[in-house]
Amino acid sequence: MVLLVEDDPSVREGLGLALRRQGHDVRAAGTGEEGVEKLRESRPDIVVLDIMLPGIDGFETCRRMRTQAEVPIIMLTARGDDFDVVAGLEAGADDYVVKPVEPRVLEARIRAVLRRTVSEPSSVERHGSLVIDRAGLQVLKDEAKVGLTPTELKLLLELSRTPGRVLTRQQILEAVWEHDYLGDSRLVDACVQRLRAKIEDVPSEPRYVHTVRGFGYRFGPR
Amino acid sequence: MRSVLRGLRPRLMAAFLLLTLLGAVAAAGASYATARNLLLEDAQDGFMNPLVEDVRNYAPRLTVPPAQQDIDEFASYLRGAATVISGELRSRTGPDLGIVPADMRESLKSSKTVIWQRRTDRPEPYVVIGIPLVHADGNTTGVEVWAVSSLGAPQRAIDSFSTAAWVGVSLVLPLALGLALFTARGVLRPVRRLGAAARALGSGRLDTRVDVRGSDELSDLARTFNQAAEQLEATQAASRRFVADVSHELRTPLTAMSAVTAVLDEDADTLPPDTAVAARLVSTETRKLTRLVNDLMEISRFDEGGNLLELDEWDISTAVRDSLAARGWTSSVDATLPDGVMGRVDRRRLDVIVANLVGNALKHGGAPVRLVVRPGVIEVSDHGPGIPPDALPHIFDRFYKADTARSRSEGSGLGLAIAWENARLHGGTIEAANAPSGGAVFTLRLPW
Repeated sequence: MVLLVEDDPSVREGLGLALRRQGHDVRAAGTGEEGVEKLRESRPDIVVLDIMLPGIDGFETCRRMRTQAEVPIIMLTARGDDFDVVAGLEAGADDYVVKPVEPRVLEARIRAVLRRTVSEPSSVERHGSLVIDRAGLQVLKDEAKVGLTPTELKLLLELSRTPGRVLTRQQILEAVWEHDYLGDSRLVDACVQRLRAKIEDVPSEPRYVHTVRGFGYRFGPR
Repeated sequence: MRSVLRGLRPRLMAAFLLLTLLGAVAAAGASYATARNLLLEDAQDGFMNPLVEDVRNYAPRLTVPPAQQDIDEFASYLRGAATVISGELRSRTGPDLGIVPADMRESLKSSKTVIWQRRTDRPEPYVVIGIPLVHADGNTTGVEVWAVSSLGAPQRAIDSFSTAAWVGVSLVLPLALGLALFTARGVLRPVRRLGAAARALGSGRLDTRVDVRGSDELSDLARTFNQAAEQLEATQAASRRFVADVSHELRTPLTAMSAVTAVLDEDADTLPPDTAVAARLVSTETRKLTRLVNDLMEISRFDEGGNLLELDEWDISTAVRDSLAARGWTSSVDATLPDGVMGRVDRRRLDVIVANLVGNALKHGGAPVRLVVRPGVIEVSDHGPGIPPDALPHIFDRFYKADTARSRSEGSGLGLAIAWENARLHGGTIEAANAPSGGAVFTLRLPW
């Protein structure tokens, strides 16, 4: 089920129609407050959130939603400004699309985010104090469960699949976000930041997810 | 002469020199003439006045007509060397009368006053003085006193004076020349600055301003220039703002329209033929409009300076390889991607540049399209017909189409302009040229 938060009635109707045609169950909200309310009631699989909203804006709405659920959020940026994108990713958005968006692009992003991480019949891996359970799709740190959004979990599973090997941002974008063209590497950077905040002891001195300047990221406890 | 004096500087210098020369010569000449007269008169009077006095004092004692002895006594009485004559008699002392011009001798015969003449027919100038001896009743006695005095000393004083005047003039001339240069610089520097600023403004840098110094006419001109530039910038900003606003306003309806194009496409087959054509047309054009508005927004952000550069150290060959692969161009582009070319670039913007350059080459150029990565340079070349020479300067202009016959291209017409803006944001350039062997060559240079 998709929760669409958009103030313009025509866009709401148009996007709603397109999403329904793709087989999604769609709930729509006209304001940020209504969106947060509907999120609580209906527990959607994904949120499509406009940034330009009357009342509380998309960034604030995104932050409030993040405190409630680890639901994937795709931002609709009206301007596509760098500022909007960075602020949106910092507020916790998983991905973003720029208006006017072609429906197949939005659909592809939604599918990519929604595609459930398939549990693998592999054994439980231990990396330092981090336990990654690929079958149970959960991550424990110091024996406590870490609450990861689906995107963060996918990123961690992807990185930890080949410890010690460097993955480029583009490789990560293709694997995690399934972008079939050159995506925005800031998505990866923002998601890595959020992931580090959850799994690293000191996020500024990461033990698990290392930055390899000029190339990308490498997983490996040191 | 005309061409030499065309510049302001030579004209100013010539005017200054001429003025100084005229002034100096006039001043020196006037004072020279005055001083010369004064000096000569002084010397002459100093010689002549005592002589005249002596003659006057002695006159009553002289018997007229005098004998030879009377004349000799008279001559020896006189201060300075003088010759006394009376009829055929001549004093034994005194200068030779051959020096006295005949016309003076003649005119003294009938004169009752002193006559004199300054002469320069000898190396040193001299004065010849003739004094007639006059009776108490005023009649001439026929006795004449002649004297000659050199004016060498005053002449030497005058000469040294004139030398000093010329030295003065020649010293003032370089000073005048320096002053002329200084003045010329004072005028020309602001003029040159204004010229450079006007050229910059003309080439599109509308934020060009000149420093306004002082309150003379030139700084007024500078102020006027700045106001004009401000006006121009404001006008341009307003028109760009308008484009940005229009694009922005188009976004929301376009988002709604764009959202339902897929529905139109899918159901077109089941619609009556005319309606199906209409539906497909609307959906196709909506997509094109979407691309156009997206590109317009992109270029508007450059105009507003709202684009940030996110520099990071990247492996350029990897970045380019990813850009090509992401668009499925790996097999259609002959790419030379050496290892180890690192650069500080905004990866996303580099991708936009590469995509637009390669996309342009694939669309308008001929295969094979070649891409070469070198340190600091990415070169994209094709083997098509190349760019017409008259189109080269405009190839990065917005909505410029080299081929006017092509009514509407598939792209927005902003691709190369966007690539160029992205390069500029990096502090780099893109050059378009034609290869000697044919085909267009686009060279991206980034200071990485």
